[in-house]
Amino acid sequence: MLMPIEEIIETIRMIQEEHLDIRTVTMGINLLDCISESMDKTCINIYDSICEKAGKLVSVAEDIEQEYGIPIINKRISVTPMAMLAGRSDSEECVKLAIALERAARETGVNFIGGYSALVQKGYTQGAQALIKSIPMALYNTTRVCSSVNLATTKAGINMDAVKEMGIIIKKAAELSADTGGSACARLVVFANAPEDNPFMAGSFHGSGEPGCVINVGVSGPGVVKCALEHVKGADFSTVADTIKKTAFKITRMGQLVAMEASKRLNVQFGIVDLSLAPTPAVGDSVARILEEMGLERCGAHGTTAALALLNDAVKKGGVMASSHVGGLSGAFIPISEDEGMIQAVQEGALSIEKLEAMTCVCSVGLDMVVVPGDTPASTISAIIADEAAIGVINNKTTAVRIIPAPGKKVGDVVEFGGLLGSGPVMKVNSFGSEDFINRGGRIPAPIHSLRN
Amino acid sequence: MKSVITVIGQDRVGIISALSNILADAGVNILDISQTIMQEVFTMIMLVDIKESTLSISDLSKQLEKKGIEMNLRVQIQRVDIFNSMHKI
Repeated sequence: MLMPIEEIIETIRMIQEEHLDIRTVTMGINLLDCISESMDKTCINIYDSICEKAGKLVSVAEDIEQEYGIPIINKRISVTPMAMLAGRSDSEECVKLAIALERAARETGVNFIGGYSALVQKGYTQGAQALIKSIPMALYNTTRVCSSVNLATTKAGINMDAVKEMGIIIKKAAELSADTGGSACARLVVFANAPEDNPFMAGSFHGSGEPGCVINVGVSGPGVVKCALEHVKGADFSTVADTIKKTAFKITRMGQLVAMEASKRLNVQFGIVDLSLAPTPAVGDSVARILEEMGLERCGAHGTTAALALLNDAVKKGGVMASSHVGGLSGAFIPISEDEGMIQAVQEGALSIEKLEAMTCVCSVGLDMVVVPGDTPASTISAIIADEAAIGVINNKTTAVRIIPAPGKKVGDVVEFGGLLGSGPVMKVNSFGSEDFINRGGRIPAPIHSLRN
Repeated sequence: MKSVITVIGQDRVGIISALSNILADAGVNILDISQTIMQEVFTMIMLVDIKESTLSISDLSKQLEKKGIEMNLRVQIQRVDIFNSMHKI
């Protein structure tokens, strides 16, 4: 035999019983060469370019799934931030870009296409302004287009005008999709320090420093880490960290294999493997349960931030040697609605927004898939974004806010989104106002440690 | 192209015969077979070469799975690279 039978069975058990999968194979496509003299022509170019490059993406990924026996849950596309293609268009015209992306997503068979995005950390271009205004209508008119706005970086500080505006935009997007609990907001992320090669939605876009076309792969496997920790019950934290590292290494090796194979078969450059632990609503695929396995009665209990910090760090340490290029978000995700352990923690009162905010200081993203009451003021949502952006800017890390002010819903209600988006219990927000703070506008300057030259 | 066939379930007469018939018909060469009882479950691993196979790995997989269901076994075929990449540096 080439290898011990136990190793073969271990791999199969990880896939069949512990939900190990490749979470996404995402093709990044630069669309800057699609800019034309009219918006209609630009849209045709966009559609043609995506279909040409990603035409075989889904079938190639399905072949790999079949041959290697590893599920690839999502096949996706990320594109150049559309604000760069918006030029002097108004917001109505921008929606045409979203519709072109939607058509291309349907034609190529991908379930999400990311990049209806703008980078405005230091200020707006005319195109970015129009595009951001158009986001609610763009999401309303599409089902697969994902949108993101980067409004802060450690280098540039925080664009507080954009922070204010995004509170209003999120509210509008929720109102337009009121019949589905404001679900359009699940496709809208606000970032600080957004990575340009992240393969995960809804925040994926193809940054301007990226090659013409690239394959990025996101791995997953919270269930595998949880099961590995079950074997070291009561052991000290050095053992816990080592166990996570070893497991992350194995998971990432699989991601690297799939990434190289997809890149070869599609004849597209390999970009990065994103070493993330991304949960799904399925039982046994939860990040919260890993934290609980470390000894917390419920996710959100005191000690949760320390547990998450250890997890996030060990995942990176284990994964980094398993892949030739690591990038994207890389770490542990803590979305509420997509993680059955998180949902239970919120419903039992163990996990609050304030605790989640602390957790975002030490994990790979931010407040993710958090449902709040429909009557939450736009200024409060903006203030939540400002807090998260500050954490990202000061700590030199990515933070994000994907928040859903569900119209008509109150604390204690549950909003069903379906599929991988799961269901979100409505969480309590601080009822004291932040309006005067948000109305100031302007920019919060970059922190002193941004001056590293 | 080397692949691994995994068979998991209850031991019974005729497992190897049934599966090797499918493999022989498809022109698949069996390189190695090993079996064990793991946690009271019968586990068999076959290393095969599908270079000369008349069936695609996808069709072969379907036939093996079908036979597995008939015999109350879980049968799966995967390219060997996935195991090598996970367990070898």
